[in-house]
Amino acid sequence: MNKPFVTTSSSGVSSPSRTVTIVQASLHKRYRAEKRFRLLGLSAVICGLAFLAFMFVDIISKGYTAFLQTMVLVDIDVDPGEVHVGNLDQADYQGLVKKSLEKLFPEVTGRQEKRELYALVSSGAGTVVRQRVLEDTSMIGKTIALWVPANDDVDMVVKGHVERNLPESERRLGDRTLGWIEALESQGRITTRWNKTFFKSGDSREPELAGILGATAGSFYTILVTLVLSFPIGVAAALYLEEFAPKNRWTDLIEVNINNLAAVPSIVFGLLGLAVFLSFFGLPRSSPLVGGLVLTLMTLPTIIIAGRASLQAVPPSIRDAALSVGASRMQAVFHHVLPLALPGMLTGTIIGMGRALGETAPLLMVGMVAFIVDIPRGFTDPATVLPVQIYLWADSAERAFVEKTSAAILVLLAFLIAMNAAAVYLRNRFERRW
Amino acid sequence: MKRFFYAMTALCILAAAQAPVNASARDYIYIVGSSTVYPFSTTVAEQFGKAYGFKTPKVESTGTGGGFKLFCAGVGVEHPDISNASRAIKKSELETCAQNGVKEIVEVKIGFDGIVLANSKKAPVMQLSRKDIFMALASEIPDPKGGAGMVKNPFKTWKDVNPALPDVKIEVLGPPPTSGTRDAFLELAMEEGALEIASLKDLKKTDEKAFKKVAHSIREDGAWIDAGENDNLIVQKLLTNPNAVGVFGFSFLDQNTDKIQGAAVNGTTPTFETIAAQKYPLSRPLFFYVKKAHVGSIPGIPEFVKEFTEDKAWGPQGYLADKGLIPLPDAERASVRDAARAMKLLSMP
Repeated sequence: MNKPFVTTSSSGVSSPSRTVTIVQASLHKRYRAEKRFRLLGLSAVICGLAFLAFMFVDIISKGYTAFLQTMVLVDIDVDPGEVHVGNLDQADYQGLVKKSLEKLFPEVTGRQEKRELYALVSSGAGTVVRQRVLEDTSMIGKTIALWVPANDDVDMVVKGHVERNLPESERRLGDRTLGWIEALESQGRITTRWNKTFFKSGDSREPELAGILGATAGSFYTILVTLVLSFPIGVAAALYLEEFAPKNRWTDLIEVNINNLAAVPSIVFGLLGLAVFLSFFGLPRSSPLVGGLVLTLMTLPTIIIAGRASLQAVPPSIRDAALSVGASRMQAVFHHVLPLALPGMLTGTIIGMGRALGETAPLLMVGMVAFIVDIPRGFTDPATVLPVQIYLWADSAERAFVEKTSAAILVLLAFLIAMNAAAVYLRNRFERRW
Repeated sequence: MKRFFYAMTALCILAAAQAPVNASARDYIYIVGSSTVYPFSTTVAEQFGKAYGFKTPKVESTGTGGGFKLFCAGVGVEHPDISNASRAIKKSELETCAQNGVKEIVEVKIGFDGIVLANSKKAPVMQLSRKDIFMALASEIPDPKGGAGMVKNPFKTWKDVNPALPDVKIEVLGPPPTSGTRDAFLELAMEEGALEIASLKDLKKTDEKAFKKVAHSIREDGAWIDAGENDNLIVQKLLTNPNAVGVFGFSFLDQNTDKIQGAAVNGTTPTFETIAAQKYPLSRPLFFYVKKAHVGSIPGIPEFVKEFTEDKAWGPQGYLADKGLIPLPDAERASVRDAARAMKLLSMP
């Protein structure tokens, strides 16, 4: 890249001075060292990017199919003998689905065979029918064509996650079921479409019915509690320590402790939360309120440290100018220093929130690692959060949960990227440099 | 910036208005306990929520021991109603329960879980005996050359352990010490395997503690690898390494029959049928425990027990069988069902 700037030893100067000789001799070596260092740095960056790319490719390739759901078209005969005005809510809708399957494959007779046939569709198929009938009661007595979700094993086969041409003993689905799937496919009765359920429902043991809305709502409430508590407290603490507190041994001690707290493993805050919020104050277990409180403890040091750093970055001349025209200390801080420091504080807060959003360990201790089907409606309802949902699904035996896990990771990553992008935007928009 | 402050204040007020802290009532069942029972308990919880019009129970996966700790902490809405367990409740746990006023407990045995040693389909099926398992995995074994004392496990390959086994390195991926599956593996495979060796059998008679120590210590020289609590991960690792053997619950074998196969233990391969007939040696019973004092104050507990003990749930054709639960024999199922529905109490120490 750069040529040595002294290359003329042969042309003009007959006997170069000793210094120049030494410099020239070492020059080559120094350039090489620099080149090596640059290469090393570059390879570190490339290495990091490669790991990131590997992670993304792995997660996306495993997860994108979860956004699609295999559906089966069935003709449902809404028998007025089974469904009538009196039992709209409770009627055996799953039974109607079973009957329609029997109609599609009239040759199936044996008990075991029938069980396998019924297993083609999800146990949630009845709910789809029920919804349709409740929407429009004039359907009673008619035959309706409905797309209902397929069972997770069928879903895996249709999506190609399970080899069809393996010997029967090595597959979960028998030859019979595969034959039915192929028959349905040739009739155009199987399709994959956008998986609304994944975004609209809570957790379920049936992969085809499981969704992330419950966990997302839980994460939302938890993060809201964390934000509402940690931002004002963090900003106030940073302001006091930086602008008002006397500099003495006590404030030094406090500063050291805050810095230490930022490095404490998060599970410790969970234990603290268990002891204080659950055992002492008796707050409801597994609730976003307690989760949020625990995460507040965890993120406070981060916010205070970021807040103090951005207060320190405001030049003293601003304070001096305000004080010199007669502003009080408080006026100087609130009218001039804080508005200038706030973008930096916000960035710190958002990054802290991002960390809180991805946290599972402290929530384990306060009972948020739980199977919760109902979507939380408030701060005291039992809830779980996105990373915990990922952990629970990753641990499930059903094959179809593998893709659900990756899909949930994608959603969580999308939230984290959005939050970090917001932090970057705020910094660029409001930050002032001196 | 001012507007931002208004927004924050509004949020604060909203949050404060939203949070009437009230732990005095609970209208859903609260279940804790074993991660092995978790998939079954949650399945029943979901079906129960759909079928009975009660709220869906909350199921926390805390591990068997952790579950009993919470369960036995007392009577009242903040304590769990049901605890799942992959072993029977211990005497010490019953004592803690009794001390804290939990005196009426109903035990419900729900079925079996098999522990399998599995490897990739690319490798031949292993034919192991419990003695082989012990000799291959214990950290100290009686001297194979015939000496008197215990020696550090010298075996490198399965063939060293038993000439009938393949000539591949011993590499077993299994659950870490915190796992209930590990406890069960130690008890059912390692301890029983140790008992097949005469010198250790004598040791058990003379010094039970020393025997336990020998039978329960697993090699730490790389032959056994703690693979974390995630059994799916073990399955994945088996696929990339056909020489490795994995230890995990039967349901993971059941879900992945296209990729992995279970080793035969004492001549029996782990299948639904062999475990149900209790022929497969590495199987353990699963339970849940109900706090009777909560029946009546927490809605739905009897209905939950009813749903769990319905044949469409825990029967051989039930939905729990699809999830990998191995049902009890018919007669035992009937008697457990009747006792559970009548809320027959466990006798306290």
